[in-house]
Amino acid sequence: MAETHSLQDLRQAAVASKVFVQRDYTSGTICKFQTKFPAELESRIDKVQFEETIQTLNNLYAEAEKLGGRSYLEGCLACLTAYTIFLCMETHYEKVLKKIAKFIQEQNEKIYAPLGLLLTDPIERGLRVVEITIFEDRSIGSR
Amino acid sequence: MHLGVEEPIRECQYNQICTHNSSPMDTPHIKKKKNKRKWQVFPGRNRFYCNGRIMMAKQTGVFYLTMVLILVTSGLFFAFDCPFLASNLTPAIPAIGGVLFVFVMGMLLRASFSDPGVLPRATPEEAADIERQIDANNGPSGPGYRPPPRTREVLINGQTVKLKYCFTCKIFRPPRASHCSLCDNCVDRFDHHCPWVGNCVGRRNYRFFYLFILSLSFLTIFIFAFVITHVILRSNRTGFLSALKDSPASVLEVVVCFFSVWSIVGLSGFHTYLISSNQTTNEDIKGSWSSKRGKGNYNPYSYGNFITNCCAALCGPLPPSLIDRRGFIQPDTPQPATQTNGTSACPPNQVQSHMVVCLHLTNQTRLFLSPPPQKFLFCYWLSLKIQFVFICIALLQCRLFQSSLT
Repeated sequence: MAETHSLQDLRQAAVASKVFVQRDYTSGTICKFQTKFPAELESRIDKVQFEETIQTLNNLYAEAEKLGGRSYLEGCLACLTAYTIFLCMETHYEKVLKKIAKFIQEQNEKIYAPLGLLLTDPIERGLRVVEITIFEDRSIGSR
Repeated sequence: MHLGVEEPIRECQYNQICTHNSSPMDTPHIKKKKNKRKWQVFPGRNRFYCNGRIMMAKQTGVFYLTMVLILVTSGLFFAFDCPFLASNLTPAIPAIGGVLFVFVMGMLLRASFSDPGVLPRATPEEAADIERQIDANNGPSGPGYRPPPRTREVLINGQTVKLKYCFTCKIFRPPRASHCSLCDNCVDRFDHHCPWVGNCVGRRNYRFFYLFILSLSFLTIFIFAFVITHVILRSNRTGFLSALKDSPASVLEVVVCFFSVWSIVGLSGFHTYLISSNQTTNEDIKGSWSSKRGKGNYNPYSYGNFITNCCAALCGPLPPSLIDRRGFIQPDTPQPATQTNGTSACPPNQVQSHMVVCLHLTNQTRLFLSPPPQKFLFCYWLSLKIQFVFICIALLQCRLFQSSLT
């Protein structure tokens, strides 16, 4: 009866459609997603909120792929140990991916699930797209 | 009332099934299916070992030849030359040789066994979404009308780059990605498919491949130099022919090292040039960023100076595998588009597989028959040809030498 849903409720709800936010290659091969607001989400979520989510994701991926002192140090250390060091520790990229997974879960719980939407972690789609599942919302009355 | 009559009958039926069934399991039909790992249903033409931890190409014969050549040559060096060199010169020689050998093998195995950066295929919903977008862009097409090639143009650092649609993987390939016809996968930052390493060389294993060929160059020169030293020192004491008779293995090592050093050092030099200019072998062969294509044609991925390019290629962050080989397949996960989901606009899969076989054969023979136009590659091709001929001669001579000794 309530307008908002929890993450658990969404699992039983029917999927109305899926929206795919594609990669933005204008800055090269770094992982970046288009911040263009999809038309299908106009009635569901605020444009500014959506852009903020995507922009934060882009910033996190940029942090993972950043070339700097830290990544060079990690690379050199790994090379000197013949890459065996990665048996004991995670790469910087993997640490940031965990951060991203946590961020997406938080966003889903706090913002997207109450609106009947679900973000899929891009790593599950090979970093090609951000998949947004739109669930049927009977209480609001779809279309 | 009607329901009340039915229920006891249903219960009896349920009990009857229970008594017939001798096994104590209460839900046998659900637990029958074991959860498969994703590598077991991987759509590409790869081989997996150690429960998905190791990933290689389908044809691994040449890789075993590489292993045998390195192991045999190094083994002979450590067994026959090192004792003499350690006692007469310095024990640092076998120590350095050992470190080099371990590094070479480590890099070879890492390059061969890791995921080169395979891009997973699109899920059915993604593929349908892309098709919709393409149809919207191209407009409706009648039956028998051949649609225009599926490309998207993108401006990267001032250069227009065309993103091509992959009919097999149902995705628009990211820039620098290419579809390997041998492995049947799209690989990110595809360099080339290396039969010597038994795998594609792409974004995730390019540094291992480069370090492998670089360290192998050093190892080859090292073994060559010290075997020659060994033979010279021995011949100073006992004469040249008796020195050769005392250590026949040295002859084989010298021959193998002499004829492989040109191609390995040549290849290392070529890849050093590629790394410093931030290009892939694929781009260099096609001349994608060559100034011959146009005045304003430049490489948009280069960082400007060769130090940054080298650091980025060798010490940059290592991206994780996108295909999650060892993950379990969730029952509600959408499975990627397989080859059988071809639309009428796509080329038929039988033609594709036939083309793959032809491409495979032509890949193998192309390098030996038709010389490539670029200077570096031409030298590499020439040295490969010479090496192939001379290795055959060398092996024949070894056999004759062995038969003359017995």
